[in-house]
Amino acid sequence: MSHSHAIVAGLLNAVLGLAFLMITAALLTWVERRLLGFFQDRPGPNRVGPFGVLQVAADGIKLLFKQDWIPPFADAGVFVLAPAISMITVMLAMAVIPATPLIGIIGDLNVGLLFFLAMSGLGVYSAVLAGWASNNKYSLLGGMRAAAQMVSYEVFMGLSLVGVVMLAGSFNLTDIVRSQRHMWYVVPQFLGFIVFFLGGIAETHRLPFDLPEGESELGAGFHTEYSGIKFGMFFVGEYIGIMLISAMTTVLFLGGWYGPVLPPFMWFGIKTGLLICFFILLRAALPRPRYDQLMAFGWKLLLPLTLLNILVTGALMLGLPGPA
Amino acid sequence: MLSSTGSIPLTDGEQTILRELNRRFGPEASIVQQTSDQIPTFWVAREIAHGVLSHLRRGAQRPFRVLYDLTAVDERLRVHRQGLPPADFTVVYHLMSFERNEDVRIKVALREGALELPSAADIWPNANWYEREVWDLFGVSFSGHPHLSRILTPPTWTGHPLRKDHVARGTEMDPYVLTEEREAAEQEALRFRPEEWGMKRHSESADFMFLNLGPNHPSVHGVFRIILQLEGEEIVDAVPEIGFHHRGAEKMGERQTWHTYIPYTDRIDYLGGVMNNFPYVMAVEKLAGITVPARAQMIRIMLAELFRMASHLVFYGTMSQDVGQLSPVFYMFADRERVFQIIEAICGFRMHPAWFRIGGVAADLPQGWDRMIRDYLDYQPKRLDEYEKLVMQNRIFKARTVGVGAYTLEEAYDWGVTGPGLRACGLAWDYRKQRPYSGYDQLDFEIPTCNNGDCYDRVVIHIEEMRQSLRIIRQCLENMPPGPIRAAHKLSTPPPKERTMHDIETLITHFLNVSWGPVLPPGEAMVSIEATKGINGYYLTADGNSMSYRTRIRTPSFPHLQMIPLISRGAYVADLIAIIGSIDFVMADVDR
Repeated sequence: MSHSHAIVAGLLNAVLGLAFLMITAALLTWVERRLLGFFQDRPGPNRVGPFGVLQVAADGIKLLFKQDWIPPFADAGVFVLAPAISMITVMLAMAVIPATPLIGIIGDLNVGLLFFLAMSGLGVYSAVLAGWASNNKYSLLGGMRAAAQMVSYEVFMGLSLVGVVMLAGSFNLTDIVRSQRHMWYVVPQFLGFIVFFLGGIAETHRLPFDLPEGESELGAGFHTEYSGIKFGMFFVGEYIGIMLISAMTTVLFLGGWYGPVLPPFMWFGIKTGLLICFFILLRAALPRPRYDQLMAFGWKLLLPLTLLNILVTGALMLGLPGPA
Repeated sequence: MLSSTGSIPLTDGEQTILRELNRRFGPEASIVQQTSDQIPTFWVAREIAHGVLSHLRRGAQRPFRVLYDLTAVDERLRVHRQGLPPADFTVVYHLMSFERNEDVRIKVALREGALELPSAADIWPNANWYEREVWDLFGVSFSGHPHLSRILTPPTWTGHPLRKDHVARGTEMDPYVLTEEREAAEQEALRFRPEEWGMKRHSESADFMFLNLGPNHPSVHGVFRIILQLEGEEIVDAVPEIGFHHRGAEKMGERQTWHTYIPYTDRIDYLGGVMNNFPYVMAVEKLAGITVPARAQMIRIMLAELFRMASHLVFYGTMSQDVGQLSPVFYMFADRERVFQIIEAICGFRMHPAWFRIGGVAADLPQGWDRMIRDYLDYQPKRLDEYEKLVMQNRIFKARTVGVGAYTLEEAYDWGVTGPGLRACGLAWDYRKQRPYSGYDQLDFEIPTCNNGDCYDRVVIHIEEMRQSLRIIRQCLENMPPGPIRAAHKLSTPPPKERTMHDIETLITHFLNVSWGPVLPPGEAMVSIEATKGINGYYLTADGNSMSYRTRIRTPSFPHLQMIPLISRGAYVADLIAIIGSIDFVMADVDR
């Protein structure tokens, strides 16, 4: 009896959580377009519904009802699989994030951080497979860039978190937040914070690291051949990806739900929301580096920085009397 | 027109060149032709043409380093050619020397049945495309040319469109039918075959990828195709292909009156607006012998500089967009909108006002024009300062453009580069300064230069030119002279009407000039100006008719695109996009 209750509750939690994610991701497209409009001295979508918020619905309907087209030269199976991977991996990764100790799908997972890294590792496949299966030279170049960029930046992203894990002594994200009760890790792990956030931008391939898409160079890069809802899935995947990286940064470095006066879930929401806005601001402000410059930046600057960070953190932890 | 022993006085420049040519090729080698534009013009025999060109490029003191233009004329229907050597076709080489600040025009007469000349591509690399164009449009072939094939018309085209016996209008042809077979054949003809361009499909260790960039691609600024030979993302070689925007503007010039052709010029460099009218009407005025009143000259300069602002703002925005920056283009288009508001208030149109007239401009400035311009002049400089921080000082922007797509001054000469691309290599040469026209000599402005000739420097030049343009516009605003806006000349258009009701002669002239359009005396004139993208020139041949006998439009973008392979070899695909952005071209300016 109580067992089946738990299953139903868990399922409900998962379904509601994912539904919430989907809706937020869709709204995020509107937020981004309005914000970009604001940054760029223009209104942005403001016609459908109050403040144009129903633009989201209009776009969703358009994408859903478009002809589901697979190019005759594409590798059909893989072609369909790729966008699904993009969406599924980020949604699964979202599952381990604790918004508060009570709100979250499996926020208490004891390998939460590793699960997140594993999922973002799998996420690379979506871009690579999409690029390959499209059988289009632009897609291929985009896929190649995606493979190199995402695999490299995953390394720095993973390494940048070692410091946090060392300080918290746990892979459990809830525990990691709890250990920031007195001090957010952004202070002792500032380098880690910077590298993780940069790596996150590269993982979600957002401007300025949107080389796999590189609109002005590759048309649309790895998803050049996609249209309709399959394109929509990449789109949603990208936006959940932004939420994921923002939420993870909040959890790992910005003290998660901790904050004065306001209830915990609001603090989590505010911190994540600000980071998301920062993502959008970056997109509005910066040009795109070249492929080799991106790689050099990663391997020649970020990698030494993260290693230095681990060394210093470790040395200090050994040298100073630990909290236990 | 006279022989070299001439009885009419030659200018100093003509005499110098003539002496040089006579010393080397014998006194009978060249014949001097008088033209309305005072550019020394020599007819040389076909046999020595290559030698003369080669001498002028290499042997002469202060040589003519730049092949400014190369074109042809179908002479077969030309009536007024007394004294000129007999010719069915003439190939015209227009050479330029920045050191002498002089031009020279070399003409070679060809007879039907022997329409062949040695290629000049070994003297000036940019002769390559020009000769392909002459072959394509006139059927004159060039021996020793590296790849003589059609360039503006489709590969499946038959005939040579600029010949006088080729139809000029769609209504003279059978209706166009695109059957499936024909569609397939047309598409097959566009397939790129690396072997035809001497390219290998494989290196020793890898297969090359041949990437078809364009004709539809977000960053090629129109319909422009570049085929890239790639190893990974590195460009081994590139073949630019043009002609997708070819609308036969030169052929249309032969079917429009001198007056009604003005709107067609607007659409050549479609970002330049009246800047295109400028060289055209000045060439017509030179043929007609019209002197433009001071007010009209100043208004022309002011409008042209406003259009330079509009065009450069588009360049600035799209350039930053090409390297991945999303926002600047919106700011710059908003600024351009302000320019267009002024232009619209003055001309009544925005992008293509066709506002210049033979002998002046269409109308006087409206009330309140000075306030609008003053507001704009106060507004724009601050914005430019802001963009400086947003774009030019951005480290990623610098990383993407500094040292990318660089060429030397020597290469710029070889490839006929003019405009900002030339000044980015360090040569302070601006038509407005070196050969002032329309009263630019009375205005105070500077010519910005840079030294590296890379993408970044080209952007720097554009921005500095905008500041100088604002300076010029302010001077126009403060010193706008009073007076008429059109010359009181019988050939100016629309013809002066004040006295039509007073005497019958004026009435008849007016009637004819309005209904037929003005009839220009026979002659030839080329007038060039510093347009938005480089030097733009119209070479008009009048044959005593109400229409042009031959309208040659020399545009800056045509040679600029030709050098893309040179500056993109060894670069990445992303660099190519930056290079394309920094060249500042529009395809209508290339294909005409």
